[in-house]
Amino acid sequence: MSTTTIETVLKAPTERRWLPAAIVWVVLLSAPLWLPLVGGYTALASHVLVMGLVAMALNFLLGFTGVMSFGHAAYFGLGVYGAGLTLRYISNSTLLALLFGILLGGLVGTVLGALIARRRGVYFAMVTIAFGQIFYYIAYSWNSFTGGYDGLRGFSRQPLHFGPLVIDIQNNGTLFYYFVLAVFAICIGLMAFLLASPFGRTLIAVRENQRRARFLGIAVDRHIWLSFSISCYFAAAAGALYALLNNFADPMSLHYSLSGEIVIMAVMGGMRSFWGPLVGAAVFVILQDYISSMTENWMSCIGLLFVLVVMFFPRGLLGVLQRRGSP
Amino acid sequence: MNMLEVRNATKTFGSLVAVNGVSLSVAAGELRAIIGPNGAGKTTFFNLITGFFPPTSGAILVEGQDITRLSAQERVKLGMARTFQITEIFPELTVHENVRIAVEVGSGFALRPWIGRDAAATVRRATEETLGLCGLESKAGRSVGELSHGDQRAAEIAMALALKPRLLLLDEPTAGMGEQETYQIAGLIRRLHKQSNYTIVLIEHDMRVVFNLADRITVLDQGALLADGTPQQISENPAVQAAYLGTAE
Repeated sequence: MSTTTIETVLKAPTERRWLPAAIVWVVLLSAPLWLPLVGGYTALASHVLVMGLVAMALNFLLGFTGVMSFGHAAYFGLGVYGAGLTLRYISNSTLLALLFGILLGGLVGTVLGALIARRRGVYFAMVTIAFGQIFYYIAYSWNSFTGGYDGLRGFSRQPLHFGPLVIDIQNNGTLFYYFVLAVFAICIGLMAFLLASPFGRTLIAVRENQRRARFLGIAVDRHIWLSFSISCYFAAAAGALYALLNNFADPMSLHYSLSGEIVIMAVMGGMRSFWGPLVGAAVFVILQDYISSMTENWMSCIGLLFVLVVMFFPRGLLGVLQRRGSP
Repeated sequence: MNMLEVRNATKTFGSLVAVNGVSLSVAAGELRAIIGPNGAGKTTFFNLITGFFPPTSGAILVEGQDITRLSAQERVKLGMARTFQITEIFPELTVHENVRIAVEVGSGFALRPWIGRDAAATVRRATEETLGLCGLESKAGRSVGELSHGDQRAAEIAMALALKPRLLLLDEPTAGMGEQETYQIAGLIRRLHKQSNYTIVLIEHDMRVVFNLADRITVLDQGALLADGTPQQISENPAVQAAYLGTAE
């Protein structure tokens, strides 16, 4: 008798678990079809995916390991410059630019993460900001190499060559959107895979109770470091895509104000839910796009929305929907 | 060889001597209770054994191996599991998930991004077994943060057991419980000791529990060892009566 209760209790939530993912993928795959009807355009959709990816990358750390980074723009920005510098100086392969962007941000994150992961609470957050700003000042002042204050120009994404097959993501915005979506899907799939594994559950254990995690035999510092590093690789992937989207590397993509925006996206969307940060990023980017055409003070509108969400829906926009959906 | 041996452990915090040269030997299969008035240094002593912090001086050995300098998680790998005076669990997860994480970490899967079907089935079986042992089957799907205090303590003990420890340390397992819950937890500890043959060290305030369960009792007072013996010896010890059980009747 008791086993049947266990089974029903455990199975009830898993049966509907595929539903949010199915909705997200249908919306994303069909976006170029319906977007023009509602006044959107594919570059905006690509921008949503890029910011959604970096917000989800941050949330791997924030929502699923319970550690707050205020410096994730650094690894995003290193991805931007890694891709941009590759195309500008080394090769005209889009895929190589993507790879080098990911490696630059990810490896720097792995090295710095080893120093950061030992800190706790507010010290952790402060150290992430401090390290983050270092790269902003490097990009800002190294005029001859990074373009300094004006940013890095003079490169553009190149068509993809697969043997005789050429996919012109350079000029066709819709094809580029699907390229971004493919990279996004691989990254998100990897994240979901990791979070559903024993390793992923140790991260959630660290989030829930570090003392208990330690006395179960989990090396808490090492797991925070691993989570931080993994998160940085995904943030850098988003950054590399951002460079390809704009054909431009902006030093502001390394600035801590962007780190703050990434945190806002994740928290506003719902950091306890897997898809929450994507929803937060979509709301953020779309509002930014529409409101900034009307007023320079678009940030105060988003700020107001953020305050309202935090006050009335502390679980975020998607957290509210999930609450309603499952009693 | 003793399962646990503590030699002259001392812990000072500044000028405060919290534990003062305490020694202790626990044989395999023994249930040892540590008692003493508030502030006697019982929890600090526990923290020295489990590696929460290192002793100022002295040595701690498990089955003859010196573990004084090992970290908490290295001690867990050597078969030491503990619970806390204030329950430490994963509040937002279900009872099943709490125990499953402990089973997986105890099986050495903490860094595994993937486990096979067989390993997953073994984990599931071990999780359900542990839940059954602690009487939590019917609550497996409930969020552990919503459970009663007594069930949360049972869940924490289940997590410790899921590590398949050779030495189980329980810090006031019945603290803050009513009659019924105390009875349940005492029954669980008795089963673990008598049927599953665990070596258990526990700190406890409830004297009925202590004198019913313990093979031997260690009494601490003001950080120092006051007495050590069978329940019979302890109840007849005049020093213990004076310091702890009270003479002012």
